[in-house]
Amino acid sequence: MRNTVHAEWTKARTLSATIWVLAGVLGATVAVSALAVTSARHGSDADPVKTSLTGVYLGQVVAAILGVLAISDEYGTGMIHVTLAAMPRRAAVLAAKAAVLAGQVLTAGTVAILVSALLGRLILPGYALTPALLRAAAGSVLYLTLIALLGLGIATAVRDAAVAIGIVLGLLFLFPIIAHYITITTVQHYLNEIAPMTAGLYIQSTTGLRTLPLTPWQGLTVLAAWTAAALLLGGLTLQVRDA
Amino acid sequence: MRNLLRAEWTKLRTVRGWVIGMLLIPLVTVLLGALTASGNQCGIGPGPGLPVELACTSPIGPGGQAVQDQFYFVHQSLTGNGSLTVELTSLTGTELQPWSKAGIMIKASTRQGAAYAAMMLTGSHGIQFQYDFTGDAAGPAGTAPRWLRLVRTGDVITGYASADGARWAEVGAATLAGLPSTAQVGMFAASPMAAQNSRADSTPVATGTFDHVSLPGPWRGTYVGQPRLVPAPAGYQQDDAGFTVTGNGDIAPVVPPAGTAAPISWTLDGAFAGVIAAIVVGAMFMTAEYRHDLIRVTLAASPNRGRVLAAKAIVLGAVTFVAGLIGAGVAVPVGEHLLRHNGNFIAPLSLITELRVVAGTAAVFALAAVLALALGTVLRTSAAAVSVAITAVILPYLLAVATPAMPVAIADWLLRVTPTAAFAIQQTIPQYPQVANTYYPFFGFYPLPPLAGFAVLCAWTAAALGLATYLLRRRDA
Repeated sequence: MRNTVHAEWTKARTLSATIWVLAGVLGATVAVSALAVTSARHGSDADPVKTSLTGVYLGQVVAAILGVLAISDEYGTGMIHVTLAAMPRRAAVLAAKAAVLAGQVLTAGTVAILVSALLGRLILPGYALTPALLRAAAGSVLYLTLIALLGLGIATAVRDAAVAIGIVLGLLFLFPIIAHYITITTVQHYLNEIAPMTAGLYIQSTTGLRTLPLTPWQGLTVLAAWTAAALLLGGLTLQVRDA
Repeated sequence: MRNLLRAEWTKLRTVRGWVIGMLLIPLVTVLLGALTASGNQCGIGPGPGLPVELACTSPIGPGGQAVQDQFYFVHQSLTGNGSLTVELTSLTGTELQPWSKAGIMIKASTRQGAAYAAMMLTGSHGIQFQYDFTGDAAGPAGTAPRWLRLVRTGDVITGYASADGARWAEVGAATLAGLPSTAQVGMFAASPMAAQNSRADSTPVATGTFDHVSLPGPWRGTYVGQPRLVPAPAGYQQDDAGFTVTGNGDIAPVVPPAGTAAPISWTLDGAFAGVIAAIVVGAMFMTAEYRHDLIRVTLAASPNRGRVLAAKAIVLGAVTFVAGLIGAGVAVPVGEHLLRHNGNFIAPLSLITELRVVAGTAAVFALAAVLALALGTVLRTSAAAVSVAITAVILPYLLAVATPAMPVAIADWLLRVTPTAAFAIQQTIPQYPQVANTYYPFFGFYPLPPLAGFAVLCAWTAAALGLATYLLRRRDA
């Protein structure tokens, strides 16, 4: 297993695209957060912590790309044949890829969230270092990581990068748009509870927690369940299918 | 060029995944639209005096649009030409709103939605001449006491105002087509709900006092459009000092969220999923050529690279448009049926507006696919092309429209400059300056007019195609 992880790490670190996409996660998150923080109105009742972490909306797209490319690039270039010939235990390959990917996004995400939170601390009034802030910040890093792993799982299952990224972004973006147009509150709450993005981002809330249908950690668990299901599906298809 | 078009059409129809993608466009558009439509319910009651739940409904104005028509009217019949002059001595009320109103009116009948013209004093917009729910002409600013006059000449009603009852100024005139020879004339009062808290159970009430009424009695009082459930203080008194008329409600077109009329865009929610499918196929239509090195064969066969891209864009755009047209064309009637089944009232639209929404949505599909094609040519990798396209077309909508905490200034800006602006093509209810309302993107009001918003997406797609043509010519394949 150590060799497998090492091999995946070498592949990831020597691809010049990886560093650019990781920089993209960082840049996209910080840029949008900075925009949100500087344009936030004074005296608005919006959650300041959530505002300072708005960049995750864009950062997650780049994280998803990184997750998808981690495997679909191998299918695109035929590299997957070499990989699986060298490491026949396919589940181990996927696990190693997931571990390397998680490590990368955790690192880039931590920097991105720290800078975003620092901007919020400097600019927004009433931005205090509280346990809720720590939860929102750490949870946002985990959120980005789970999104990247969701991309990896789906891309492993469907192989094609375009289809995979379409499915991931559809899963993330379509639930809240549909829920917005539904006025029967029970149906709307149900959709919000199962939506990977809506529920997952409850982890950023520090005010009005009682109005949420789920607690922040429950929300992140919903996203984790989607990710686990996607990785399981990816692992199964990798196992039974010809590469 | 004909051969090129045929070659690209052959490629598109023979790759199984792309055919599935094209079939998915109408399928997800209809299915998700139906899901949204069934998730909306509207009903009045049950409550005191109303044992069963009734479906939502709305009166229809002379212009064919859904209207609110609720006010207290003290009236008498006026046959043929004639006029009414009064002195409005005061306008007061509880929770008086900027568009609370009291004044005089000539109305075809006391039926809700009947044609009318009225001279009024408002809470903070001075004198206004309004007619047929959407017409509005501003008169001089000022407060009570004010003199008001309405004159009927044939089908034309003219409104005048005066500060002293001696010197009169015309405020506006309106032709009410088909006004019956006997119309109702009299004094009225109405007060809309506050725009900011339209869900609160407060009931603003306006009271107008009138003196020097030029017509003799007898007068009759009618609560036009009396609500079935919420009792509101309304009525009139006549004594030596004149008339006191109290009423609530509004005389105005229905605008979301205050009204109960469902906009047609609720049936086209699935379009966002359809756009994602169109983007995926559009990007792959080019990136697959690079992945399989087919691009070298393609460019060897037809060395004019600009024409190759044009042929791809035409074939892709046309096929996506047809797929989108089927999707939107089925989603709208299916969604309307489901909405009505759940008691919703659908704001009536002219056939032209409905066609604009359906064809416009199909055109958004086509443009999104061509945008993804151009991005695929520029970026060459499908993951990047698909994510940039989805981020440009869908994410701003999600942030601006479906995120309640988003500051309105940012939402407004997103809907002006990003490709998402094109969804303005689905807006059917305009903003009215004379109706106080929260005209936020959240409620389906776009900052740009439908065609201007659509043009924003056209501009982005054209720019991307231009860059793609340039790079395709310059770079090695």
